Amino acid sequence: MRKRLIGITVSFIVAAVGLWFLQKLLMPKYMDDIVEGAMIAEYYDEEKNHDVIFIGDCELYENISPAVLWKEYGINSYIRGSAQQLIWQSYYLMEETLQYEKPKVFVFNVLAMKYNSPQSEAYNRMTLDGMKMSAAKIKSVQASMTEEEDLIDYIFPILRYHSRFDELGKIDINYLFKKDKVTFNGYYMRVDVKPAQNIPEAKPLGDYNFGDTAYFYLDKMVELCEKNNVELILVKAPSLYPHWYDEWDKQMSEYALDHNLKYYNFLNSTDDIGLDFAKDTYDSGLHLNLTGAEKLSTYFGNILSTECDLPDRRNDKKLKEIWEEKLKAYDDEKNRQYAENEK
Amino acid sequence: MEELLEILNELHPDIDFNTQQNLVDEKILDSFDIVTIISEVADVFDITISAEEIVPDNFNSASALYSLIEKKMDDED
Amino acid sequence: MLFTSFEFLVFLAVVIVCYYIVPKKIQWIFLLAAGYVFYFIASPVYLIYIMTTTVSVYIFTRIIQTRKDTFDIHFKKIKKQLDRQQRKDIKSQEKKKEFRLMMICLLFNLGILAVCKYTNFAIGNINFLLGAVGSSKRLLTVNMILPMGISFYTFQSMGYLIDVYRGTCSAEKNLGKLALFVSFFPQLVQGPISRFNDLSKSLFEKHTADYNTITFGMQRILWGFFKKLVIADRLLPAVLEICGDTSKYQGAYVLVGMLFYALELYADFTGGIDIAIGTAQTLGIHVTENFRRPYFSKNIKEYWNRWHITMGSWFTDYIFYPISICKPMLKVSKFSRKHFGEFIGKRVPIYLSSFAVWFATGVWHGASWNFIVWGIGNFVVIMISQECEPFYRWFHSKINIKDKFLFKLFQIVRTVLLMSCLRMFDCYRDVPLTFKMFGKMFTGFDISQLSVSAFQLLGLAISDYIILFGGMILLVAVSIIQRKGSVRAKIAERKAPVRFIIWYALFLTVLIFGTYGIGYDSSQFIYNQF
Repeated sequence: MRKRLIGITVSFIVAAVGLWFLQKLLMPKYMDDIVEGAMIAEYYDEEKNHDVIFIGDCELYENISPAVLWKEYGINSYIRGSAQQLIWQSYYLMEETLQYEKPKVFVFNVLAMKYNSPQSEAYNRMTLDGMKMSAAKIKSVQASMTEEEDLIDYIFPILRYHSRFDELGKIDINYLFKKDKVTFNGYYMRVDVKPAQNIPEAKPLGDYNFGDTAYFYLDKMVELCEKNNVELILVKAPSLYPHWYDEWDKQMSEYALDHNLKYYNFLNSTDDIGLDFAKDTYDSGLHLNLTGAEKLSTYFGNILSTECDLPDRRNDKKLKEIWEEKLKAYDDEKNRQYAENEK
Repeated sequence: MEELLEILNELHPDIDFNTQQNLVDEKILDSFDIVTIISEVADVFDITISAEEIVPDNFNSASALYSLIEKKMDDED
Repeated sequence: MLFTSFEFLVFLAVVIVCYYIVPKKIQWIFLLAAGYVFYFIASPVYLIYIMTTTVSVYIFTRIIQTRKDTFDIHFKKIKKQLDRQQRKDIKSQEKKKEFRLMMICLLFNLGILAVCKYTNFAIGNINFLLGAVGSSKRLLTVNMILPMGISFYTFQSMGYLIDVYRGTCSAEKNLGKLALFVSFFPQLVQGPISRFNDLSKSLFEKHTADYNTITFGMQRILWGFFKKLVIADRLLPAVLEICGDTSKYQGAYVLVGMLFYALELYADFTGGIDIAIGTAQTLGIHVTENFRRPYFSKNIKEYWNRWHITMGSWFTDYIFYPISICKPMLKVSKFSRKHFGEFIGKRVPIYLSSFAVWFATGVWHGASWNFIVWGIGNFVVIMISQECEPFYRWFHSKINIKDKFLFKLFQIVRTVLLMSCLRMFDCYRDVPLTFKMFGKMFTGFDISQLSVSAFQLLGLAISDYIILFGGMILLVAVSIIQRKGSVRAKIAERKAPVRFIIWYALFLTVLIFGTYGIGYDSSQFIYNQF
């Protein structure tokens, strides 16, 4: 009897290890072309004592460079960004982040208010798969699932990715356990230029009011930040497209006023920032490229350090060391990309 | 018994019905054979075998079938 | 709740654990509750149907049984005062009354089945006739509820009703136990159709958790999952593609579709039955086998003894025999012998009742002419092969190849092809189209159509074909080993690491190569806007 029990236990352990290994193998690595899927997981390797944490979609992770915030203002920041991050996903990322550290400021990009319901399974995956297992993750999954999805597929992603067996390649072996960094503190660097031309005309909408669910999670964000004594700042990045309607802007301004929050619509200050959409965007105005992101970071860093009273931590020895290394990698990548562009 | 064996042999000349004990289980007799047997038996012995009596036990050997027939001829209980 | 759904696995896990925890006395009650929950999840309305059938069968079998019992006592008392003829008369009078009771219940339940399953089919045919005679009137089709597994549980309970009437089985006194027999959840969806005498042996017993029983059951379930998910569901898109676009897939593709369907159906159906029987086995309950390597059959008759066995034997016992040996039929037989000679007279009962059986089998399979023609097709083939029997016998007496491997292989291939041809009625939309496509298989056959690139347009990739091929090899290998006894028992004799590797490998095969979930399409993950 005893022997049998030991046998069963050993079998289960071996089976579980095998499954875990296979799961690792079959999950997409997001290391070559679609790096967006690898962003969320990178946070866990960081030294967690940031002053500012940006949470939101591509309008943050392609438009703000924490390296500039450090270099120019001594602000230690990080972007927990992912593609089409929906507001409940941002909220639960906030909840999760607070389990690790307590920043002074959370910055949230309000474009996500336009989505009131789950959108796409693939984008859900890119935001959620990277999260470590936690109550926040489960809640985020439940809030994000489209009709075709099941919670169990997030708990055991092998159930989702098992059919990738015929796409396995070298990349899956190389990055089985160790991944490369795809961002610089959450910032996704692009140096190429594609001027903004022919921005599509904004289509009139039937209803300009943001949805109830979106507001529900915005309220929860406010509440969470109050409870934890973190300042919540709302921003709208200066991306020209998707269109940011005046009606939307009004709602956000009013919301910020009502809840005593700071709200910056950078679309109104492109001239002050010095953005030139003939040079500072790599995809015709959707996202800023490096020069654009650095300009915006300089501008926003100034606001953060003066209005939010953030200390300059460039004298912190430990942080300085970390950042020196990061800045080197940042510059290397910058040079590599410029060199490649010139070819 | 002779008459019964005659019926059976006509159906399957290649089978020795005196010794075979598993006519149904070994699928020597199929449902068509059984129906033919029953209708011939009805003619020859003037008895009716009913559907509930079609069980392997009654058809597995010529002797088993014959005892069923005897029982039926004897009395119906 | 599909057998191959995650919900079913959770349901099953909960049922198995609770089943062995609850007091042994109420194990069967727990099973009944589980069956009703299973049914309730599918749809609460279904419960009304299954309960109606259960209660009506219970009442009538009890009445018949009580009649039988009192009659027997009464008959024993008076028997000595009667002569043979009187005894016969009294008995047959009683039998008649019991028959009437049985028929009421039978017709009532078959009526429910007919109304649920065939109302719209009937309306469709009436409308067709109305159109044919030039009337502009049309009946509207109605939205009928078709309770899950109604064909199976109705047949199972009707078998029981007839058994009680025949006296081959005594009526169950406990309504709950009868309800469990009717609603035993593993076989509720697609069979097997059990007999009361077989199933009741282990169904109401007390069961103690036994390592071998439970693991054997789970292994069988896993094997069923393999057949269903790795083979059947992977192949299905190609079958649908070929049968769905008849203008595109002609000639050689009809043959390909036919063979694909043969494999798909086999893997799907036997896989489902494996899951059903395996599930019952984890609960210590023995369910009759429904398949015995049917694709190894050497002729159609044998095939029908090995494919969907419980349905075939149901039709034989409850339709074929009663019709072929009933008194009116014997009279017809006598009459035709007198007038048309021995040759025809002998065949009349068999032909008539076989026709009835195959017509009924066709109707039972589904409410459409396709199935009816399919059933009749089987009848025709079986009768032709029956009539050819003397020729075969003569042939084999002249040329001794009966036991040669190649000849056996030829017979097997011929049988599989013949059955697959008949099954085309299952694939194509309607009967005329099926005949047309059958013709196209011969007229438009062009082997060069079957290029590697063309196969990839059927909705399957190269990797799918490799998996299917490997899966098929495994299926055949297991079937060959199985001829000499249980494969699971053979594996169980091996050392623990070997056992572990075999079952773990099968589990991983299902997990990775199974067709389930959303499916990974890397193009979805391409970053386009946000």
